[in-house]
Amino acid sequence: MATKHSRAAARLMISPAVILLLGWMIIPLSMTIYFSFLNYNLVIPGPHNFIGFRNYYYFLTDPAFGTALVNTLVLVAGVLLITTIGGTLLALLLDQPIWGQGVVRVLVIAPFFVMPTVSALIWKNMFMNPVNGIFAWIAQSFGLQPFDFLSQAPLFSIILIVAWQWLPFATLILLTALQSLDSEQMEAAEMDGAGPVARFVHITVPHLSRAGTVVILIQTIFLLSVFAEILVTTNGGPGNASTNLTYLVYAQSLLQFDVGGGSAGGLVAVVLANIVAIFLMRMIGKNLDA
Amino acid sequence: MARRVTTRRRLIVTAIAWVIAFLIFFPILYTVLTSFKTEGEAVSVPPHFLFFHWTLENYIEVNARSDYFLHFWNSVVISVGSTVIGLAIAIPAAWSMAFVPGKQTKNVLMWMLSTKMLPPVGVLIPIYLLFRDFGLLDTRTGLVIILTLIDLPIIIWMLYTYFKEIPGEILEAARMDGAGLRDEILYVLTPMAVPGIASTLLLNIILAWNEAFWTLNLTAANAAPLTAFIASYSSPEGLFYAKLSAASTMAIAPIVILGWFSQKQLVRGLTFGAVK
Repeated sequence: MATKHSRAAARLMISPAVILLLGWMIIPLSMTIYFSFLNYNLVIPGPHNFIGFRNYYYFLTDPAFGTALVNTLVLVAGVLLITTIGGTLLALLLDQPIWGQGVVRVLVIAPFFVMPTVSALIWKNMFMNPVNGIFAWIAQSFGLQPFDFLSQAPLFSIILIVAWQWLPFATLILLTALQSLDSEQMEAAEMDGAGPVARFVHITVPHLSRAGTVVILIQTIFLLSVFAEILVTTNGGPGNASTNLTYLVYAQSLLQFDVGGGSAGGLVAVVLANIVAIFLMRMIGKNLDA
Repeated sequence: MARRVTTRRRLIVTAIAWVIAFLIFFPILYTVLTSFKTEGEAVSVPPHFLFFHWTLENYIEVNARSDYFLHFWNSVVISVGSTVIGLAIAIPAAWSMAFVPGKQTKNVLMWMLSTKMLPPVGVLIPIYLLFRDFGLLDTRTGLVIILTLIDLPIIIWMLYTYFKEIPGEILEAARMDGAGLRDEILYVLTPMAVPGIASTLLLNIILAWNEAFWTLNLTAANAAPLTAFIASYSSPEGLFYAKLSAASTMAIAPIVILGWFSQKQLVRGLTFGAVK
């Protein structure tokens, strides 16, 4: 059905989307690259001199960068650890025959739809608050000292909050993958005398590995850019204890008005995200039989 | 799996699943409960769970003290607006890629997806400065533009995976029956495409409603949607848990309910068709 005529029409139909995305990618990104070579601060008047790689030098040698990089990786790794292990266990549980499965699913998925600022503030105030939070009350009823989560373990607390938001996502995708598992294959293995452990290791795990990889890669893309949860709970503090790369660039750009330095930092974040993106794109591309 | 399980085992598994599901859901439940407490009861230790003085005061207060409805409306305009505009641009694009695929289709799709991988912080400064210069800061128009652009790749991908599933043979059959191009689109393709478009619409409204990077950085008092409005509760001003809960409950209720209806689409949409 692909005549010359229809090809031209197809090209016309696709062009608005392509032009918009091309503009969206090229214009701001080239501006960021341009700014990253300038001595440009919004509150310092005067010409914006070209200063070569000095912004990069300052950004990369700033001790805050090292902290932020480590925090970014710890945040991503921590959330991934909790959500993939927890998600796998939950998916296996929900795949069992249980009464009220629909309701259970709905309850488990709900946190994913809560906006980040709301979930962060709920956890900060009503759960992690050392005076009147639920955790403090639980600690006290066991005769323990309440723990001030957000000032003593800020990064860990943020990991918990973000993991709560993403656990449903991992569970849902792994559950979907589990449900597409061929039950005949399972029964055949059972008849051949494979025990539950052997069946799990040799059939379920390989079947889930693909979905698991997708979960990890997609979450990583989003987790590298965690922002709102940090902004409303700790503002990156105390000190830089819970500042990730995204928050550091935000602070440098919109709080210190350092356009040059912020741009350099933003590009460092782009490079970091691209490393993950390459793997993700390859996974998705393999599935695309276009 | 159609394997037989003993009732006893099923009972135990059910109990475990319910307890875990309840714990995961508990923060949301507790927020809803707290929204009906007085501020004093909201911070009391030990906490009240059900036996407190139920009141609607917080909902009235939140609406009276702040322009809650304005922010709610901003959220509606921004999420629905960006989704509808995004669909208008994406439907023709996805349509042509699914039905008239060329040699470059796969590359174009992958490239579109790669724009989604760009961390927002990489373009924060130029967007901020452009918005400042064009007077788009703190406007709904500005946010609709940004969210349309960041959502476009997901919309195109979701639609593409749905359109791809419409069998080409059905078109040939229609043509044999003497249907013209117009009839083909109106009576054959559109009815088959509507469910996919509806799911895409739904999931995208949810994602746009909860978007919390650009909405926080590009808005102040006027165009702030609920994400940014709720963030203003982060400064501790005395007793405010009950009001925070009331504002939060109103902010999340519509979208959590919509979300429950879109579970299946969520998997497909957020994995770009890699898991179905």
